[in-house]
Amino acid sequence: MFDFLDKYDVLGAFWTTVQLTLLSAVGSLVWGTLLAAMRVGPVPLMRGFGTAYVNIVRNIPLTVIILFASLGLSNTLGVTMGSDKVDTTNFRLAVLGLIVYTSAFVCEAIRAGINTVPVGQAEAARAIGLSFTQVLGLVVLPQAFRAAVGPLANVLIALTKNTTVAAAIGVAEAALLMKQMVENEAQLLAISAVIAFGFCCLTLPTGLILGWVGKKVAVKR
Amino acid sequence: MSSVLYDAQGPRAKRRNILYTAVFLIALAALGWWVYTSLDDKGQLDWALWKPFFSGTEAYSTYIWPGLQNTLKAAALAMVIALPLGAVLGIARLSDHVWVRIPATVVVEFFRAIPVLVLMIFGIALYSQYTNVSSDDRPLYAVVTGLVLYNASVLAEIVRAGILALPRGQSEAALAIGLRKGQLMRLILLPQAVTTMLPAIVSQLVVIVKDTALGGAVLTFPELLSSANTMSGYYGANVIASFTVVAVIFVIINFSLTSFASWLEGRLRRGKKSTGAVLGAQDVADVAGTAATGAER
Repeated sequence: MFDFLDKYDVLGAFWTTVQLTLLSAVGSLVWGTLLAAMRVGPVPLMRGFGTAYVNIVRNIPLTVIILFASLGLSNTLGVTMGSDKVDTTNFRLAVLGLIVYTSAFVCEAIRAGINTVPVGQAEAARAIGLSFTQVLGLVVLPQAFRAAVGPLANVLIALTKNTTVAAAIGVAEAALLMKQMVENEAQLLAISAVIAFGFCCLTLPTGLILGWVGKKVAVKR
Repeated sequence: MSSVLYDAQGPRAKRRNILYTAVFLIALAALGWWVYTSLDDKGQLDWALWKPFFSGTEAYSTYIWPGLQNTLKAAALAMVIALPLGAVLGIARLSDHVWVRIPATVVVEFFRAIPVLVLMIFGIALYSQYTNVSSDDRPLYAVVTGLVLYNASVLAEIVRAGILALPRGQSEAALAIGLRKGQLMRLILLPQAVTTMLPAIVSQLVVIVKDTALGGAVLTFPELLSSANTMSGYYGANVIASFTVVAVIFVIINFSLTSFASWLEGRLRRGKKSTGAVLGAQDVADVAGTAATGAER
């Protein structure tokens, strides 16, 4: 029943999915944290920028962003992402799109984490004369991150599933492979079972492990 | 929250903030200049490419409106089918009987762990191989199938969280006056849970509207995003202009839904009609306490 699998590189496709996930996760964690810092900071222009960014990006479908990266940025404006091969360019564009989109959710998760830190903590930090950067970096963010592990795990799982959107611009990951397989083989249920199993292997352990870590590291109040 | 992190600013802090503002402004301006020049180099700012959207209604009546109609149709169908299905699954997960609870849990966790696109691809293959749905209708059917399977399980979690957020005393009192379990759910728990769930349900609509775009990009479903594609072909490769207009429309729809949800949440929190907690989009995962959610696509 599963012998058609020999013709396809299933593991390779899922490896692409994993790579997309990890690269975008790191990128959106960095950019999302910066956005969160801007949104709670004392400079009005940065606050406005952060708020506008999150509200606009969150409401555009990821598919529109990734398709725009390919048709608009690459084909029309000639952004090559430092590569002359089409496959590599598309992969990097997909990572860029995923980072742009996911960082809005990372920002909101971290901001929710900041909101769980009691007001007294920040007040005490200010009272001993720490500056905004010190209050945020030494007192608030470390506690906020520990509270944000759970929500960030949700974002990571959503990101893993969202990498399938890269199929829209031809990145050879699991969803594109599934599309090719169901077109060529008359084995719908077996193919779907394999792909579904692959995604369950990626998302369910992430949720369980990070959920456990989140409970473990959360500051008990 | 923001004002707690820093003091009212003195002269030095004010000077520093002006410096930061200036640096940030210069960075933004540099980015804007780069965007402007690269658009200008490729001739993407020519009036001819933007004209269809600002003079005349042809672009809207021929491309955008039909696409938008399909987007809204798929989203509405998915919502209407997924809501009762989700309610049934959510209540089944709370059942006292193991043989009801376990299958419902497995179904919910399974469909939430799998990407919507995979479910949609499954749907389109299902309809073309095993049914005689005409090939024109297949994309719509597949998009709605994918959206229903995924969102029914997310809505099931919302329903479950809504019921769990009610105080235990409600069930105890109902059982004490002799209501049966069915009556307890129907007369006491569900009516109260519905109000607390409303904001979370409205937020889920945003996810559904956004996910219809997948059907346009991968399954040839003629929705708003794919009308941007055909449109830019017709008007002489105005990719940037077409995508901008479509993105703005998506932002307007979804931003109004998001704002409505948070307005509703605030209003319900202030009002004292319900005894339960009010569930925003963020709260569901906390109350339901399940591992793999990833509900915030």
